[in-house]
Amino acid sequence: MAATQEEQENPLAEGLERLPVHPTTLVIFGATGDLSKRKLLPAIYNLAHEGALPERFNMIGSSRSEMSDGEFRDMARDSIRQFSRREPDETVLEALVCHMRYMPGRFDDDTVYERLSTSAADFDSEAGQPFNRVFYLSTAPSFFPVIVGKLGEHGLDSSDDAEVRVVIEKPIGTNLEEAEQLNRDVLAVLDESQVFRIDHYLGKETVQNMLAFRFANGLFEPIWNRNFIDNVQITAAEDIGVGTRAGYYDTSGALRDLVQNHMLQLLANVCMEPPVHFSADEVRDEKVKVLKAVPTPSPEDSVHAQYAKGVSGGDEVKGYLEEQDVPGDSTTETFVALRLKVDNWRWAGVPFYLRTGKRLARKVTEIAVTLKPVPHLAFEQEGSVGVQPNTLVLTLQPNEGVSLSLGAKIPGTRMRIRPVNMEFLYGTSFMSQSPEAYERLIMDAMRGDATLFTRNDEVEAQWRICDPVLEAWAEQDGQLPSYPAGTDGPGEANELMPEGKTWRAI
Amino acid sequence: MAGDLGPGRWSADDTSPGEIEAALRGLLKERFAEHETFAPARVLNLVVVADSDWKGEIQNRLDRVGRHHASRTILCAVESGRTTLDAHAEINVEDETRSGEMVAGTEQVTIACGERHLPGLDTIVDPLVVTDLATLIWAPHGHSEGLDALMSLAQIVLVDSVNEPDPAEAVRRAQELSQRAYVVDLAWLRSTPWRERVAASFDPPLWRDELRRISSVTVRHQPDSATAAVLFFGWLAARLDWQVESLAGQDGSRYGTARGKRQEVTLRMSPDPEMSAPGLAGVTVETASGMSLSLDRGPGGLSAKRRLADGRESAFTVMGASRGEAGILGEGIRQALLRDHTYAPSLEAAASMLA
Repeated sequence: MAATQEEQENPLAEGLERLPVHPTTLVIFGATGDLSKRKLLPAIYNLAHEGALPERFNMIGSSRSEMSDGEFRDMARDSIRQFSRREPDETVLEALVCHMRYMPGRFDDDTVYERLSTSAADFDSEAGQPFNRVFYLSTAPSFFPVIVGKLGEHGLDSSDDAEVRVVIEKPIGTNLEEAEQLNRDVLAVLDESQVFRIDHYLGKETVQNMLAFRFANGLFEPIWNRNFIDNVQITAAEDIGVGTRAGYYDTSGALRDLVQNHMLQLLANVCMEPPVHFSADEVRDEKVKVLKAVPTPSPEDSVHAQYAKGVSGGDEVKGYLEEQDVPGDSTTETFVALRLKVDNWRWAGVPFYLRTGKRLARKVTEIAVTLKPVPHLAFEQEGSVGVQPNTLVLTLQPNEGVSLSLGAKIPGTRMRIRPVNMEFLYGTSFMSQSPEAYERLIMDAMRGDATLFTRNDEVEAQWRICDPVLEAWAEQDGQLPSYPAGTDGPGEANELMPEGKTWRAI
Repeated sequence: MAGDLGPGRWSADDTSPGEIEAALRGLLKERFAEHETFAPARVLNLVVVADSDWKGEIQNRLDRVGRHHASRTILCAVESGRTTLDAHAEINVEDETRSGEMVAGTEQVTIACGERHLPGLDTIVDPLVVTDLATLIWAPHGHSEGLDALMSLAQIVLVDSVNEPDPAEAVRRAQELSQRAYVVDLAWLRSTPWRERVAASFDPPLWRDELRRISSVTVRHQPDSATAAVLFFGWLAARLDWQVESLAGQDGSRYGTARGKRQEVTLRMSPDPEMSAPGLAGVTVETASGMSLSLDRGPGGLSAKRRLADGRESAFTVMGASRGEAGILGEGIRQALLRDHTYAPSLEAAASMLA
C-alpha cells in the first residue's frame, strides 16, 4: 500500500539540527502586558535571529489597549531591544516586526475573533497553504475560559488542514476546585492534545538536565531508591524580596507561586520511573504517577512564615509587611517548608523535604540526595568530623552542576576521615549560551511537542497535594511565624526534621 | 629561558613540551588561589597549525567566535627556518561574573616552531592536550605534514573546503580525512541555513510529494565557493537517492544531470561575482508540476519566492541573522562535539559529480 502524504517522512530533514516547523500564525492575547514585553517578544526575536522560526510566520497581538499596527511594532521593537538576551540585528528585527499586526479589543468582544479569523484566513490564502495557529493566553487567569470559549464560538478552535494549539500561562487556578473548573472549561472546547500549559521552569536547560543526569547515566540509578537513599531536600531560595510583584504575590504566596508548580515538578523529576520513550505522554504519565503517590500532608508536615526586617547583602532591608503594596495585616507566606512522602515501591519511607522562600540567605535552587550511612564504621571517629553519609547535590542555579561528597582520609599517620567534594559544573563543559526557557517553550508549542508542558491531570494532582496545606493554614489561629531577612528561614522549619537531622545550610 | 608575565601568563624561549605543561599546571594553581570559584573549562582541545606570519589573524578569528570556543587552544605557529620552540601560555577568565558565580577559565598556548618540527608535531602537542577531552585539529594554511602527524591525537579535523581552489581536490582531501577522523567542514556549515530552508519548504505534507518531482536545481555561489555548491548538490542527491553524473564546466559555471526515481534533474551552478563572502548566494528548485522555490540572500534573512503549481506566486523573508565568518568558525568548533551523518554521503555524491 502506498504511503499517504502524512506518513511519508521528509528525507531532507534527516541530520538537521533544527527540524522544520510548519508555517504558523501566533496570536498573543495580552500582547502589551509585562510578560509579553519582557519574555515573549524577546524570545520570538531570538528564534527569528537564529533562523528557528517557521519559514512563514505571522504574529497578531491583541489586548485591550488601543493602538495601531505601527504603535504595536514600535512597542515590540523597544521591548526586544531592552530585554533580548542578545543585541538585536536591526535587519532581522525589521523583518520580524513587519510580520506583526495588532488587534485591540476586549477579550469577550466577538468582533476581535471575527477579525482574527479573517486575518488568519488572509495569511493562509496569501501563502497558498494553511498555517498552524497558536493562541498564546498571556492574560489574567480569569480570561482563560472567556478566550477559549470565544475561540470555540468563532470556529477558531480547529482547522481542517492545520493544527490549532492554545498555550496557557500559569497559574492554573488558585486551588484544586478552580483548576478542575478551568480544565473543564478549556476541554469543553479543545482536545487535551491542543492545550499547552506553561510551567516555564520546565523549559530551563537545568531542569531538563535532571532527566539526562538520571536516565543517561548508569552510575546512579541502581542506588536511586529507598534502600540507599535516606532523605531528599529540595530548596528554592531567593535572596530578594517581593519587589514590584507585591500585588500579585500577596494574593498568591510561596506555596502557590513556587511549590504547587515548580517544586513539585522537581520532585516528580527526582522520583519518576524511566519512561520507555521520551515522548510527551510517556514522560507526563510517569510524573503523574509520582504526584499521585504523594499522600496528603498533615498540618504537622508544613511550616509557613513571613520575612521580617533584617540584613541582606550587608544592607538593612524591610520586612514583608513594610513592603510597598503589601497590606499591613497580610498573612501571605513568603516561606514554606514541607515534609512529603512518596508512597510507592521505590520511595516508601524516604522523606522529601521541600522549602522555598524570599529574602533568604542567598539565591540557590538545589536538590540534595543524602544516602544512608555505611553499615559498619571501621575507622576511628576521634579527631575529625568522621565518616558522613554521601550527599549528591544537583544544583540548578546559580552554578548548575553536580557535586558528590565522599569520605577521604586526612593526610597523616592516623586513619582519620573527613568529607571532601567531587564537583562537576556544567558551565565548564558547555561554553554555549543556553536559550531562554520561553524560546524553547514557544518553539515546542509551534512544533506540537508537549513534553515540557503540564497536562491537566498533572496540574490537578499538584493541587491535591497543596490544597489540604492551604486549608490547614486557613484554619490556624495566631501569628504567622517570621524570620529575619537574610537568614535561612524560621526556626520552626527545623521541627519538620527528625532528631539528628538538619536542613542544609542555604 | 622562562619568564613570568604576571597573573595567568607565562612565556619562555627555547623551551620544551614538559616545561610548557608544567607552566600550565602552575598557572592553574595561581588561578585557583585567585578565585575561590575558579574552574577550568573542560570542553575541547583545539590544536591549530598556522603560518607564523598569520598567527595574529588566526588568533583574531578565534577571539571572535563568541562562546563556542575550545577550552584549551594550542596554536602552533610555523616559522620558516626556526629550530627551537618558544612558547607563551595564559589562562583567561570571564570578565563579567557575579560574586559567588563560577569563574570558568580557558587556556591558550602559542608555540613558535619550525618546519623541522612538523613531522613530529604530535610529540610536542601530546603532553599539552587535556586527556579524555576530544581534540580538534585545524591547519588553515596547509601544513599537511603537521596535520598528518597530529591525526593520531585527534578525533576531529576542521577543514574549509572552499580554501582549496580545485573542488575535486577539496572533496578528495575531505574524503581522505573522513577515513581517519570526523570531519567538520566550514563549507558544509555555511550551507546549513540553505539546507534547512529547502527542507522546511518541502516539509508541509501538502508539498512533500513534490520532492520526488524536482526537475531542476540551480545554485548561485561566491566565485571561490564552487565546492560549497557541489556539496549542496551532493546533499540533495544523497538524501533523495539521485544517481549522479559528472558535471561539465563552462566559464566558471558547471552543469549536469542527476537521475531521480521519477525523472531526470537538471543541475546548474554559477558563480555570482557580486558576492564577496564565501558560500552560497542563492538556490532555485523547480518541480515537474510547475512549483518553484527561490532563495537568495537578503536583509534580515533569505528572500524567498515561491510559485505554486497553479501559478500563484508569493514572496517572503525567511528570517535569520547572518552568522558572519567568525560565527561560522564558532559553529565549526561547536559541531566538533556533535555528529552529522549526512555529510559523508553528500561528500561521496559530490565526488561522483566531480569525477
